[in-house]
Amino acid sequence: MNVIVCVKQIPDPALPGELDPSTNTLKRDGKLILDESDSYGVEMALQLVNTAGEGSVTLVSMAPNDEVSGLRTALAMGAEKAVLVSDPVLAGADALTTAKVLAGAVGKAGDYDLIIAGTESSDGYTGTVPEQMAEVLGLPSVGFAKTIAVDGSTVRVDRQTEAGYDEVSCSLPAVVSVTAGVVEPRYPSFKGIMAAKSKPVETVTAADLGVESVSWAQSISSVEDAPAREAGEIIEDDGETFNKIVEFLDNLKVI
Amino acid sequence: MAVNNIWVFSQANDDEATTASLELLTKARSLGGTVSAFVAGVAGGAAAQLADHGAAKIYETGDLAGALPGAAVSAAMQAVIDGGDVPDLIMFPQNYEGRDVLSRLSVKLDRTVLTNSTDVTVDGDSVTVQTPIFGGSKLVNSTFTGVVPFLAAFRPKSFEAAGGAGAAGELASAPIPDLGSTGGATITSVHVEETSGPKLDEAAVVVSGGRGLGEADKFDMVESLAKLLKGAPGASRAIVDAGWVPYSYQVGQTGKVVKPTVYVAAGISGATQHMVGMKGAKNIIAINKDKEAPIFGVADLGIVGDVHKVMPALIAALEARG
Repeated sequence: MNVIVCVKQIPDPALPGELDPSTNTLKRDGKLILDESDSYGVEMALQLVNTAGEGSVTLVSMAPNDEVSGLRTALAMGAEKAVLVSDPVLAGADALTTAKVLAGAVGKAGDYDLIIAGTESSDGYTGTVPEQMAEVLGLPSVGFAKTIAVDGSTVRVDRQTEAGYDEVSCSLPAVVSVTAGVVEPRYPSFKGIMAAKSKPVETVTAADLGVESVSWAQSISSVEDAPAREAGEIIEDDGETFNKIVEFLDNLKVI
Repeated sequence: MAVNNIWVFSQANDDEATTASLELLTKARSLGGTVSAFVAGVAGGAAAQLADHGAAKIYETGDLAGALPGAAVSAAMQAVIDGGDVPDLIMFPQNYEGRDVLSRLSVKLDRTVLTNSTDVTVDGDSVTVQTPIFGGSKLVNSTFTGVVPFLAAFRPKSFEAAGGAGAAGELASAPIPDLGSTGGATITSVHVEETSGPKLDEAAVVVSGGRGLGEADKFDMVESLAKLLKGAPGASRAIVDAGWVPYSYQVGQTGKVVKPTVYVAAGISGATQHMVGMKGAKNIIAINKDKEAPIFGVADLGIVGDVHKVMPALIAALEARG
């Protein structure tokens, strides 16, 4: 059971986001960390390989610079190796280009039975890459998985829906995108962190993958401030502020 | 050319069109030109509604027979486009199915996508969508620069649905071609999670709880207050991820978008992910012990205090009113 996990390294979401004033794209020049929403996919993959009793987990990722600190976190969790597509021409790439590049990187990652990705990244959140990758690779796919179990050449997935969930049966190989909460990600152990330092990370460029066209048919025409809400009344609770809420609700005639 | 042929990815359940479909059709017809609904499945009794909201033509794929919509409906769309009906713009709802179909189609047609948008404007040949970022504090305007069809997904409730278009609603078949290797996924069983009270995305009052509640049991306070206000309980992603409440409760980027008359945020700090789902509420009440919490930036009434004290006092006061 070989599983490929798509991971993204993103600016720390705890810090306020910033746009590059010249390109209006998100600034990604500082330290990048593993997107927390990808840690669920890494954990799921490790558990599936463990259940199968053989195989390994390989990471694929794309970053405009040579950043690997986020990848090391996932390697420390237990992934065996990584393929990183690092190329300045990919800065600001759209989701379709990203999907083509990651699909190319999958070709460098060796044999696989399953590809796992998060449903969307925590910084750009376009949310289309897993399904686009599946289409580029000509594979079936299941989105928004809340559980995954592999049974021979079939993957069984409970897929989140508006009304509840669907049980889906899908032939392998396939692409499955996972929601947070599919599993509880482990914290890397000290031993894992030390081992991760020497695990192989193959760095390639877009051209190495045969991705020729690196342009995207969209441009940011302007960025404006959203109309601000009028400042509300903020009060410290003195034990009686619940009356203010009652009064507020009363004025709106909802009680 | 101008933008004179727009498709809307549409869905119907039990002969009823989804609200998202009707919102997008209403917006599409305001942009001018011919509007078609492209129904994933069978339109049935929803056809009249789709026409009333602007669909001159209604493409139907027919029963999906357990196929996931992503691969199936995108293939049906591509077949119609290859057959000569090439739209200038295809509008998708930002939901599970809309997103999957959009993604697959973007690869089939080799077109970029713009998602999470809340508005669209047309100026001659040019189509620009607006997307809120950084929790909705900034709006990015992005223009398609390539060749049509342009592909865009819009958040629910971005537009008001209005009927009265009186469009023809002429039915046309758009069968699903053989999917080959991409058709390997099949739905074997459908589960509906029962909920009582008004639906989260339709309720006039929403009371949501977050990590500040401290523990799963305390979500009872949120449910009690929601019930007293005849509203729906909601949740931040943090406590959904922690398993305190089901995913169907989640308000935010990856959950539901709500625009109630009153939104009560109890123990929610106001992460970007959450704010984009509730900033459109007409009135926002926030209770949080951290006075620096971003939620106070959008609150009409903010109580800086302990949710474990304020909520029970509020619930008792409302119960006393009867």
